Amino acid sequence: MGIEIFYFLIFPGLLFCTVVGGLISWVDRKITARVQFRKGPPFMQPLYDVIKLLAKETVVPLRGSATTFILTPLFALFGATISAVFIMLPVLGIETGFTGDIIVIVYLLNIPSLTYVIGALASGNPLAAVGASREMKLMLSYELPFLLVLISVIIQSGMLISLSEIIAFQTSNGAFIGSLSGFIGFITVLMCFQAKLGLVPFDMAEGEGEICDGIIIEYSGSILAIFKLTKYIMFLILPALLTGLFFAGLSFSGIHILWSILKIMLIILLISLIRNTNPRVRIEQAMKFFWVWMNLFAIISIILAILGI
Amino acid sequence: MGLKEFCFKKSLWVFHLSAGSCNNCDIEILDLLTPRYDIERFGMKLVGSIRHADVLLVTGIVTNKTKSRVLEIYSQASKPVLVIAIGACPCTGGIFTSSYNFAGPLDKVIPVDAYIPGCPPKPEAMLAGVVKLLKSKNRE
Repeated sequence: MGIEIFYFLIFPGLLFCTVVGGLISWVDRKITARVQFRKGPPFMQPLYDVIKLLAKETVVPLRGSATTFILTPLFALFGATISAVFIMLPVLGIETGFTGDIIVIVYLLNIPSLTYVIGALASGNPLAAVGASREMKLMLSYELPFLLVLISVIIQSGMLISLSEIIAFQTSNGAFIGSLSGFIGFITVLMCFQAKLGLVPFDMAEGEGEICDGIIIEYSGSILAIFKLTKYIMFLILPALLTGLFFAGLSFSGIHILWSILKIMLIILLISLIRNTNPRVRIEQAMKFFWVWMNLFAIISIILAILGI
Repeated sequence: MGLKEFCFKKSLWVFHLSAGSCNNCDIEILDLLTPRYDIERFGMKLVGSIRHADVLLVTGIVTNKTKSRVLEIYSQASKPVLVIAIGACPCTGGIFTSSYNFAGPLDKVIPVDAYIPGCPPKPEAMLAGVVKLLKSKNRE
């Protein structure tokens, strides 16, 4: 019992993921600043932001459901933490997990996005409702290609549905990124995670220019801080899941720690560069992109996986 | 100075409200985000919603039409929030002092923490004003 609580609260759960995720969000902001020839925020900026928000007043909107409004960020944090534990334990090689945990992870990763939608609708703000409807459409678009690429990964690994077994298969037979089908699948999942993280070009749910931060417009003070913590956790676990699916996982023993950091940083660099070199697309353009092009990519990846290329 | 105040100063999120300006001060505010001045190195960033804001920048004269809006925006902000009047118009009224539509300088409507005069003030002047405001908060 004690070890499970340690897993959930300290390592690799809440504490570890928020600290490392905050670090990664700083790296992302710094890369953004350097791309735009700016200097960028100081190293401790994510910590300052969270402490400042925790100390501020929390305003609950008059129209809208107060209980749902306050509880949804907590559920988002729970969902992100549980999926962090299920992803990080096999990816770091601490415990093996169970058969079929990859399906559980797919469901758990949806909880934060779903709670954003519920919280935005509970706030009673029309701009938040617009953001929520966009977020729902975005979820409908990116889930299918993500699931199809998971099928391709499962076929490539010889019908294994446990994340730790998939990683073990890659360690002995070479990482999936090396094969053509794995490479196409990696690009597809990278795009899906770009949308899941709510970054440009798929940040139409929080488009700060047009709908003033959209889904989080009414959140303030400590509940906004909890939203920020959820974002930090997602910033770590989604790249970690990508390394688990395509780069043979991470390892914290000896010289492997350097290699693991490099893998995570490579994915963060790709995400940041995509974010900085693209404009925001409209929601129907994003749906068309995922439904037509990314699904096509995912199906090609499945066919190549069946052919064994 | 406690941890709370220190973190507050290190991460000021700015909301920008144009009460009735000619858009010149607003352009100068956007100048602060450019690579030449880059206020993100002090942890400041421009936010889209007043609920997230720590600093309320007001530009332009407060007209009879916008007075109630300014009051509402101020009451919607999550406290503590600093109010900075940017430009001659919200500080004194500028050339619009005798206008039929002028509802008084900004400090007659909401409490103001810092005044940055100029028509428009230079980005350097705004940065200097914010630094002076934070230093005066240090002494308290």
